[in-house]
Amino acid sequence: MKKLIAAALVAAASVGLVSAASAGTLDNVKAKGQLVCGANPGTAGFGVPDQKGNWTGLDVDYCRAIAAAIFNDPTKVKFVPLSSKDRFTALASGEVDVLIRNSTWTMSRETTLGIIWAGVNFYDGQGFMVNKKLNVKSAKELNGASICVQQGTTTELNLADYFRSNKMDYKVVTFGTSEEALKAYDSGRCDSYTTDRSGLAADRLSMAKPDDHIILPEVISKEPLGPVVRQGDDQWLNLVKWVHYALITTEELGITSKNVDEQVKSDNPEIKRVLGTEGKFGESLGLSNAWVVQIVKGVGNYEEIFERNVGPNTPIQLARSSNALWSKGGLQYAPPIR
Amino acid sequence: MSVGVEGRPSDSKVVFYNDPRIRSLFLQLLLLGLIVALFWFAYDNTVTNLRKRNIAQGFAFWDVEAGFDISQTLISYSAASSYGRAFWVGLLNTMLVSLVSIFFATILGVIIGILRLSRNWLVAKLAMVYVEIFRNVPLLLILYFWYRGVLGLLPEPRDSIKLPADILLNTRGLLMPKPVFADAFIYPLIAFVSTVILGAVLFWWARRVQARTGNRPNAGLFSTSMIIGLPLIVFFLSGSPLSFDVPVQGRFNASGGMTLPPEFVSLVIGLTTYTAAFIAENVRAGIVAISKGQTEASQALGLSHGQTIRLVIMPQALRVIVPLLNSEYLSLTKNSSLGVSIGYPDLVNVFTGTVLNQTGQAVEMVSVTMLVYLTLSLLTSAFMNWFNRRVALVER
Repeated sequence: MKKLIAAALVAAASVGLVSAASAGTLDNVKAKGQLVCGANPGTAGFGVPDQKGNWTGLDVDYCRAIAAAIFNDPTKVKFVPLSSKDRFTALASGEVDVLIRNSTWTMSRETTLGIIWAGVNFYDGQGFMVNKKLNVKSAKELNGASICVQQGTTTELNLADYFRSNKMDYKVVTFGTSEEALKAYDSGRCDSYTTDRSGLAADRLSMAKPDDHIILPEVISKEPLGPVVRQGDDQWLNLVKWVHYALITTEELGITSKNVDEQVKSDNPEIKRVLGTEGKFGESLGLSNAWVVQIVKGVGNYEEIFERNVGPNTPIQLARSSNALWSKGGLQYAPPIR
Repeated sequence: MSVGVEGRPSDSKVVFYNDPRIRSLFLQLLLLGLIVALFWFAYDNTVTNLRKRNIAQGFAFWDVEAGFDISQTLISYSAASSYGRAFWVGLLNTMLVSLVSIFFATILGVIIGILRLSRNWLVAKLAMVYVEIFRNVPLLLILYFWYRGVLGLLPEPRDSIKLPADILLNTRGLLMPKPVFADAFIYPLIAFVSTVILGAVLFWWARRVQARTGNRPNAGLFSTSMIIGLPLIVFFLSGSPLSFDVPVQGRFNASGGMTLPPEFVSLVIGLTTYTAAFIAENVRAGIVAISKGQTEASQALGLSHGQTIRLVIMPQALRVIVPLLNSEYLSLTKNSSLGVSIGYPDLVNVFTGTVLNQTGQAVEMVSVTMLVYLTLSLLTSAFMNWFNRRVALVER
């Protein structure tokens, strides 16, 4: 009889878990007092903890921006490092509130995994890294090469597509984590290592001799990376989406963490709407009307985040290129806040 | 109760709900029903919630094109093959690495187990050190040690170590010439098979003669020369129908030939060295379990030390060893899933790793994988139980 009671309790508990996860995510986050954010376990510039456990990176700052919008405190985030294999399951099962860890937006992921992208915070593409001494100048010369790759990524599929469509031969060696794949490449197991080009730039820094390796010019795929949420909670999707647009819009309007206090006094009606001195845009998201002020004070605008984490003055040295504002020839574009 | 005094009551007097047999049957059925209901509830709950979250379910993905490559395949496979095909590739790789490792681990384990009981102090202590090291270090570290620490230090392809017979050794593995069989190769093959059968018949005949007369006719030399000689003669008569595809140094690595990939070799060595330490202890336990009198008796009969172990001790020790071996084989098979950390494409790497991630159907993948390991374990157990019955002492 004891077993039966235990079984009934387990069953009741699983029902309870399910109903808890389907309540509004924003209410849950507010009740918990912190945002639980699925993060990259270690890609410099995007998401990486230092020795003291302080997380930094472009994706990390997006988590902080959401926390700033909700709590007016960018530190109220709990980062959960997730491997590329586990990330979507962790999000769909409610283990994290939002997943911001270099995840590529694809159709099959949105139609079969029960998750939805809130935007693109980094436009990327897949590339190859090779050792300089192989004297390879183009990915087209990689016929017959051994290539190390991390499993559970779009990278694996693009790699097969690229070599199939170019009628080239290759040997793939697939590893569970990017760290293991990179180590194998570094020890000479593979001629080339492939992942998103931003990842290549970051991973190169963690190698024994970064200067021995080059990133080939070919970009073999489109990799729109962005924050992901569960389907079925439109309020939360809207919130994450508009935090992203707020970061872009503030860059467009020249609102930075340094001048935001003066900008609040601005007479420009557009700036007044964005910074909440006019209209009730924050309230309609379930936030305070000063939500953008909180975000910008907490983490800055998109440009500040980019320059601080991956820009030319960081070790990763990425140019804005596709990630520049639409008005400067890039792809970053935000619908108007009005 | 007055029943005992009056003797056995007739069945008709007991009300059915007081009949202990019916009662226990009813309770068991009730329990069974509740368990079935619990499982049904868990299943239904999962399905309903997956549907509510727009997560795909079912096995429709099985025939969908996989779109990724696998480094080591026993059956033909390309990125254009289906997810189902990828499943079989992974399963076969798991079975291959398990069987090969079980084979070597058993041999190494038995040798070390016997060496631990050696009368030579140094040999016994060395065997003990081996067991203590490999039994107490986590398997994952052992795998990293062999993969990164030993095989990872081999030279790059352009500085390959050249071994005789066109064999190359480098970080990409052991590259060997691949035999290419022409159609006419069937003739020497037939010759070989028929001479082996003939040799077996001769052996059986020789034993019968020995049993009858006590003298064994020496057929060994004749059989050996026949088994080697005749196929060779047929081979040359049919025009040497065998050539070799030799690996040729290319831009990145030698192409052609056969490759023994370092992932496979590291995993086999890792699983072998690790499991052999446990098997050695089982073997030692089995031998120590045989009373010392047996050894003394066989020595009194004039058997040598080797003969004592081979003919007297081991057959009895097997009774103790075999059931223990079973669980070592089971854990070896399950441990092979750690191959994912060194890039070996086993079932967990291919199916529960890549396929799960591309389709996102965790519940299906994990259920299938659990079912596969359960089946493999049950098959191993069934075989070992059969073997155990064969070696068990027949009790009279």
